[in-house]
Amino acid sequence: MTIRTEPMTVNVGPQHPSTHGVFRVRITFDGEDIVEVEPVLGYLHRGTEKLAEERNYVQVVTLTDRLDYTSSMINNQAYCLAVEQLLGIEAPPRGKYLRTLTAELQRIASHLIAVGFFVQELGAFGTPLMYTFRSRERILDLFEMLCGARITVSYMRPGGVFSDTPPDFWPALDQFLADFEGELEEIENLLLSNEILMVRTRGVSPLPRDVAINCSVSGPVLRASGVNWDWRKIAPYDAYDQVDFDVPLGSNGDNYDRFWVRMQEVRQSLRIVRQCIAQIEPGPVRLELPMVLRAEPGAEAYGRVEASKGELGFYLVSDGGVSPYRCKIRSPSLINLTITEHLLLGWKLADMIVSLGSVDINMGEVDR
Amino acid sequence: MRPCNLTDGMISPDGVLGGNPLFYWIYGLAANVVPCWLAYVIAGGVIMLILINAVLLGAAIVSWGERRLLGRFQNRVGPNRWGPFGALQPIADLAKLITKEDIIPYGADRLAFTAVPVIMVSSLLLATAVIPFAKDVALVDLNVGVLFVLAVSSLTSIAIFTAGWASNNRYALFGAGRAVAVLISYEVPVVLSLLGVVIVAGSMSLGDIVVAQAVPFFLVQPLAFFVFLAGMSAELNRTPFDVAEAESEIIAGYHTEYSGIKFALIQAAEFGGALFVSGLIATLFLAGWAGPVADWLGWLWFLIKTFIGIFLFVWIRSTFPRLRLDQIMAVCWKFLMPLSFINLAAVVLEVYFLRDANGVLTTADLWIMAAINLVLAVVSITFFGNLIKEKVRSGSGGARSANPVTSGLPTTGTM
Repeated sequence: MTIRTEPMTVNVGPQHPSTHGVFRVRITFDGEDIVEVEPVLGYLHRGTEKLAEERNYVQVVTLTDRLDYTSSMINNQAYCLAVEQLLGIEAPPRGKYLRTLTAELQRIASHLIAVGFFVQELGAFGTPLMYTFRSRERILDLFEMLCGARITVSYMRPGGVFSDTPPDFWPALDQFLADFEGELEEIENLLLSNEILMVRTRGVSPLPRDVAINCSVSGPVLRASGVNWDWRKIAPYDAYDQVDFDVPLGSNGDNYDRFWVRMQEVRQSLRIVRQCIAQIEPGPVRLELPMVLRAEPGAEAYGRVEASKGELGFYLVSDGGVSPYRCKIRSPSLINLTITEHLLLGWKLADMIVSLGSVDINMGEVDR
Repeated sequence: MRPCNLTDGMISPDGVLGGNPLFYWIYGLAANVVPCWLAYVIAGGVIMLILINAVLLGAAIVSWGERRLLGRFQNRVGPNRWGPFGALQPIADLAKLITKEDIIPYGADRLAFTAVPVIMVSSLLLATAVIPFAKDVALVDLNVGVLFVLAVSSLTSIAIFTAGWASNNRYALFGAGRAVAVLISYEVPVVLSLLGVVIVAGSMSLGDIVVAQAVPFFLVQPLAFFVFLAGMSAELNRTPFDVAEAESEIIAGYHTEYSGIKFALIQAAEFGGALFVSGLIATLFLAGWAGPVADWLGWLWFLIKTFIGIFLFVWIRSTFPRLRLDQIMAVCWKFLMPLSFINLAAVVLEVYFLRDANGVLTTADLWIMAAINLVLAVVSITFFGNLIKEKVRSGSGGARSANPVTSGLPTTGTM
């Protein structure tokens, strides 16, 4: 006797506990195996690029906060670098160091979220997530001291940062770094060699080096596949040429490697933060610029940074007006999503969620 | 009116109800004022009410305790608003759930959909009835208690599958399929591990098993204890075996579509299930109501042991990620099965050689068994543990053969 079976199509998202916002994939399952994948995007489209054309150069900074809202500082940085390139100006040294410092703190916060939710999606009920959020909260508290906001910081400005640090910021930062050492160790002990985590992630959804390059992915996903590619090293911006750090590389490009690379990058970011604290000197944090900035007509600039999720780029074109004529955003999450099909096809339902989590997308940035 | 005679036809003290003194006390009281048959019904009804209230109240306490404990494990407070330490939280939850709209989804099989919470709660209640809470205090002391518990508690898998099928929801169907696979597979090692317990105790009655534990059975049969604990966390759908309601993958699994009072009942059955299984572990392996002093404090020892079990489950839940379905199957058939067979074989041989002419095992015999089995447990868990590690690890990369995976830990590169 033969039993008739048929594939089953399931809409995963846009409302699903673990699609990182409103990501939607139509997946056809044969039993638990994935046979067809169709990502559907656009549920969080807000027209950020068009909105940027309606605002002056400084006002656009607030829009960038809302792209990848888990790493607003780095978004600010990418945009400000693009404007500075457009105007031909450069931030003063203290401003550069403050940007580097806050961007690395933001990278730690963002990676902590990525790791926490990655393990949450593996089924660990909340504990690792709460552990990582405990440290992230402290970072957000530091941001609040700097600029009064925790998520939508708008801390950076073209030509530097919004204001100098309050006097109690540095002791608080030192305290955080001292505490975070132990907290990070706790998280690493809990996760890095966890047997269940290993069997669930080692060898699952590998991304070969050539596929990663062909799909133009960037960030920890690319480095997990063994490609040594980090804009902080290749084209150092702000104070990254002054600090010393390593680029962690994976070997298989599987889910474990993507997770592992993020854990190691947190350590490297800590190194950068420490060096920034040691090297930073008093001075102006921001260039004296007119209230309304104007660039030459026809000027173009592309500012890029190594954001927590990959290469984040702002392509600006000026027509001589007070706002950009065109603002094109190259968001890492969207480009990294192009490997969805490659990661998911042939794997099981349970691995699907974990693989998506290992890419660490943020819908605010994917749909813009 | 002729006074009711407990032994005349209707019921005998050593009959099905196994001589529950509470039952006879109520029966005797009621028989003073009403006819015998009505007194019988009243006594039975009172016993059932006590059981239902005790189990549901216990489930409420477990749900509160689990959330408080999870809160502590996770570096947060947990429910603390309603009542002292938030202890009235379950009542608030219940009040919320019964006032919520009771939705039956379009296209659902209404009868089956509605029947599921009832089946789940009633199977839990039936199973709990045979657990001895203190010396000679079980609502029913069946002489086939172990068999009854296994039979009744496996009703849950039918209820879960019905829920998945009747909900007309694909996530629920996923959950149901997974749940049935897990529940049926894990039944086998659980039963095999219990066979060892029954052989040593020489009885299937839970009361007799407690009496037989001059040395608690988790010492006498550590392997059986381990297999039973793992198997029961799978039967309860708890981490690391909670694929059936894996909320990060399939929303809530088989109870995705349940809301309102039906959801409350399913939750009650789940938390009550945790309570019941902990009680069962206490009875079968931790010597139940037997304690260091005073038999009349039996209920206290029993409660303490039960909460040790619950604490263990919450601890495991707050620590481990979830295994994948095929890995869970591998753990069941390639790891727990051999362990339970080894335990069974060892226990049979030991009992055969150690028992005296009357077939009785002395306390000294039990200690000898404990020593042998401890060594056996350590050796076999290490051996099969390493074996299963290799198998599961190599299996995880083999799901897609088109892309061979290289092994080796990632390395740090420096530019």
